[in-house]
Amino acid sequence: MTSRRPGRGALGLHLTLAPLALLWLMPLWLMVTYATTPEADFLQPGVPLGLGGALADNWAILLAQTPFPRAIANSVATSLIYTACSIVLTSLAGYAFAQFRFFGRGVLFALVVATLTVPYVVVVIPQFVLVARDFHLSNTWAAVVVPPLFNSLGVFFMRQNFMALPKDMLDAARVEGVGELRIFFQIALPLVLPSTAALGIILFLQSWNNYLWPLLVLSRADAQTAPVALGALVGLDRVHWGALMVGAVVMTMPVLAVFVFLQRYFIAGITAGAVK
Amino acid sequence: MSRVDLEAVRKRFGALDVIHGVDLAIEDGSFCVFVGPSGCGKSTLLRMIAGLESVSGGTIRIGSRPVNDVEPAARGIGMVFQSYALYPHMTVRGNMGFGLRATGTSRAETERRLQRAAGILQLDSLLDRKPAQLSGGQRQRVAIGRAIMREPEVFLFDEPLSNLDAELRVQMRVEIAGLHRRLGNTMIYVTHDQTEAMTLADRIVVLRGGRVEQTGAPLELYDDPATAFVAGFIGSPRMNFLRGTAEPGGGVAFAGTRATVPWRSGPPAPGTPVQVGIRPEHLRDDGPVRLAVTVEVAEQLGGVSYLYGTTPGAERLVVERRGLAAARAGETVTVGLEPRDLRVFDGEGRRLR
Ligand SMILES: Nc1ncnc2c1ncn2[C@@H]1O[C@H](COP(=O)(O)OP(=O)(O)O)[C@@H](O)[C@H]1O
Ligand SMILES: [Mg+2]
Repeated sequence: MTSRRPGRGALGLHLTLAPLALLWLMPLWLMVTYATTPEADFLQPGVPLGLGGALADNWAILLAQTPFPRAIANSVATSLIYTACSIVLTSLAGYAFAQFRFFGRGVLFALVVATLTVPYVVVVIPQFVLVARDFHLSNTWAAVVVPPLFNSLGVFFMRQNFMALPKDMLDAARVEGVGELRIFFQIALPLVLPSTAALGIILFLQSWNNYLWPLLVLSRADAQTAPVALGALVGLDRVHWGALMVGAVVMTMPVLAVFVFLQRYFIAGITAGAVK
Repeated sequence: MSRVDLEAVRKRFGALDVIHGVDLAIEDGSFCVFVGPSGCGKSTLLRMIAGLESVSGGTIRIGSRPVNDVEPAARGIGMVFQSYALYPHMTVRGNMGFGLRATGTSRAETERRLQRAAGILQLDSLLDRKPAQLSGGQRQRVAIGRAIMREPEVFLFDEPLSNLDAELRVQMRVEIAGLHRRLGNTMIYVTHDQTEAMTLADRIVVLRGGRVEQTGAPLELYDDPATAFVAGFIGSPRMNFLRGTAEPGGGVAFAGTRATVPWRSGPPAPGTPVQVGIRPEHLRDDGPVRLAVTVEVAEQLGGVSYLYGTTPGAERLVVERRGLAAARAGETVTVGLEPRDLRVFDGEGRRLR
């Protein structure tokens, strides 16, 4: 199909969607304006729609009250490690469920899916006891990264993707004597790259925004991730709203960057022409 | 080069028996075609020979070596899949070389084989394209090229032409026949298309419900089918089957007429219900046995015409005519045939000779 110029229908669509987009962007914009509002003004009535002049002050408060640069570095590191490890694990598991027949596959897969129904609050206490008390992993990256590594939703998602791969293609490689791991990494995984990227974003966000679990296992200031560090700005007697918003703005930027960077994978029709 | 032998080969998927004991001897260098309707187990049998499916019973030998427990790559086979199964993210060069490079063949040797395969299949100008940039026929040639790269003893094809349009299918059929002449390897080819089977095969294996119905040279199956199933499957348009009854003295009564069949091993008992098979091309203008046909549709294809009609007993019948058929819809015409062109089958579809 040739691309056509937006017609009347498209105009109507844009007119409908534009206010929605604005509504969607509003909280983000308010986050920015609050980040530039002097702390004293926070108790004033009304909402600051324009930028204030206190960004530097708020930034100074943030640095004075929290080990913020260190916390951001911790967050970046743990989230990247988590995302990479989890993608490898969930996609390997999803691939096995999708492509191999083995004893107990159905039961095992049902168990994996069943874990989705267990509320996190039920898991978090035993998990804490295990990680902090039995394994003595408090204040380590491992404590943040390892427990959520096996992501059942990710396994399920990758299984669906790998099931859509033509079996013949993988069999063709088997006939040629290519090892299973190489088939996985050089044929199967590249072909589901767009979905893997989407999963990557979801996993990264999950780890990046995670507050409760890191709060529990990271008590030392130099081990804290950014959300935990920002949480410390909410004190009993006083809340540093401006500094909190500056921190939130800084935390939002890498997420935007990741999204923009990986977005092209959503669009790329990589599997086109695989099978007629 | 290698021969391929199957002895009492069985396959079951869970509780489902799919292949019920197949015995086959495929000669070194021959072109063997497995043909049969969809779901009869052709692909399963081929995949068992390839080593992509385990063997539930019996023995498969390639070059007289039992291969039941041998890895696919060590069986000396090259396989071409119906869907081409090319790796979409690799170029033609990458597709053809991937297997060899991944299993430790040197770059120089891979390149040598690539040049040879590309030469045989005229792929030289396509080597840097991705599968998405190729036509269906080109993709299929790449898939065949990838199999040639392995320099296999035995080529396995699973319905390689069924995704192509009619014209290209004929062209690729000729190319595959040429490839077999040129390479001389044993080839096992699966198809549900009897024309492909007839034109390509030295030997056809007709499969039905996981059993071998009959094996033989193409014209043997055409002339001397062992069952009504084979008779109906081989030949186009399909053989006509009419209800008949054996009569005393070796005759058969059918469709308001009777014929004395030249039996080879004695006539069936008089009164036995039989099926009388007549090929559309054997119904001529005249002949010793005459048959009235009421024409319903006359298809004129120029060189050949088909009359679709009914017998006096309201059984359907197709008549093939060279050139233009004079008959019109609604007319009743008389056609003739030779008694030796009749194929008679019993109630279970077994041939009575
Ligand atoms: N992996 C499988 N699991 C269960 N049944 C299968 C499997 N593969 C094939 N079958 C069954 O085996 C029968 C033969 O299939 P197949 O060999 O693909 O037939 P054909 O190639 O002749 O069309 C079919 O009934 C099919 O449903
Ligand atoms: Mg098949």
